[in-house]
Amino acid sequence: MLALLWIELNKIFRRPRTYIAFGAMAAIVWLIQLALYFDGQAYVDLLLSNLSGSFEFSDLFKTQLLNGYLICFVILNTLLIQMPLLVALVAGDAIAGEASQGTLRFQLTRPISRTQLILVKFLASSVYVIALLLWLALLALLGSVLLFGTNDLVVLRSTGIEQMQMDDVFWRYLAAFGFAAVALTTVAALSLLLSVLADNPIGPIIATMSVVIVFTILSEMNIPIYDTTVKPWLFTTHMVAWKGFFYVQADAEGTTIRGSIENLPAVFRSLVILLGYIAFFLGISIYLFKRKDILT
Amino acid sequence: MRIHLFVLLCLIGLAGNAQTAEELVKSVKSKLDRVTNYSATGKMKTNVIFLKAPIAKVQVYFKKPNQLRILNEKGISFIPKGSMNMDLSQLFIDPAGFDLLDLGADKKTGWRIIKLLPRDPVSEVVLSTIYVDAAAGLIRRSSTTTRENGTFELEMSYGTFAEYGLADKVIFSFNSQEYKLPKGITFDYDDGSGKKSAATGKPTKGRVEIQYTNYQINRGVPDSVFR
Repeated sequence: MLALLWIELNKIFRRPRTYIAFGAMAAIVWLIQLALYFDGQAYVDLLLSNLSGSFEFSDLFKTQLLNGYLICFVILNTLLIQMPLLVALVAGDAIAGEASQGTLRFQLTRPISRTQLILVKFLASSVYVIALLLWLALLALLGSVLLFGTNDLVVLRSTGIEQMQMDDVFWRYLAAFGFAAVALTTVAALSLLLSVLADNPIGPIIATMSVVIVFTILSEMNIPIYDTTVKPWLFTTHMVAWKGFFYVQADAEGTTIRGSIENLPAVFRSLVILLGYIAFFLGISIYLFKRKDILT
Repeated sequence: MRIHLFVLLCLIGLAGNAQTAEELVKSVKSKLDRVTNYSATGKMKTNVIFLKAPIAKVQVYFKKPNQLRILNEKGISFIPKGSMNMDLSQLFIDPAGFDLLDLGADKKTGWRIIKLLPRDPVSEVVLSTIYVDAAAGLIRRSSTTTRENGTFELEMSYGTFAEYGLADKVIFSFNSQEYKLPKGITFDYDDGSGKKSAATGKPTKGRVEIQYTNYQINRGVPDSVFR
């Protein structure tokens, strides 16, 4: 099984197009960092415009606010919505790519079960997801911290502001990246399922992108009838739960409680729902693949 | 007859001891005038309905006539507008610039209530009210209404540095304006709890509490701190 996984990883990481995702992510991260490095004050002014009636903001405050932790949060907000599309490029290709190249039947002549093959393809896609996230952490977190330094993290929500002390932030990023790995693995599992159904990788890749886009729009829309019926069950609703690690509890006087998470049970619920989706997609993939006529 | 005579003597005695509003303000001001600059360390607690913030270690710098700076050197602190008013000497920058109105003693605390009415018709401060502990010669509470920045209220507790009119603890209340950002900008995570934020999105009162731990009085504060 390990040898098979190694072969699959070799296939993924030897393909030049695998690195398109890494290159695209680097470009986005560097462009955001560059813009904020040279014109961060304007961005901070925009963020604080709603607060200027109540507080006075010195240049020192603005410099402190625009620190590596905030920049990383901004980047994650932007990128974690797009990353499912990059994951689909690899996971959608896993079975359908083999089928289109005519190597799937050959693969199954080896002494491995179809279940094993699906599991290995899934594991390889998961490793790819983790590699993408490690790359993102290196660029967005480490890069931003090196460029902008560290300070307290201030997260702006639609109706409130969350402030965390700088030594209470790093573990939140570790947790958030861990959660993002599960969230993106859900997309990889969906993409793999669609890949089982097709003989050409374009179909599953586009289908995954479409599902993610439609579900994300539904998740973000504020339509009461969907809020309680559809939204709680869409995996895209739960994919953004990594932000829950950056929402803190406060005491009655509004003082942040160190090391706290505002609604930890909700984050866990989202995690369980995503794990459930992964098991469901993977189970269906195995079920369908075992019954599939392999003609190529 | 004896009783009437006793009451009369008491009233004469009281009248003799009671300070006029001018005298009270003068005694308070004389204490504050002893301080030309100070730096102090303190712990700042911010209580605004839409803000969750940790307790911050701050350094407060003051230099006459009207420079005050609150710095959080290790972290970020939201400093309310009008924080300059945390220094009481601001009330008396121009001693001849206001008329005094003595409202007598507060029934509960016994503090003398004095209103300061600026003579300048276009002054930023519209009205100040101070509650003076006449026995100690200290301002315990004040309320300042400004033309553009609403009303600021101060409550002071004194300790070691009372002889300089400097408080150990200051509670500064201010008007905080509404805060709301579109969800399209913040991409909030809806945890499905249906729990509404305490923030109403409407103007409310904010509060900043500074507990001072140490004052360095009249030892000089460089101008660079206030830049």
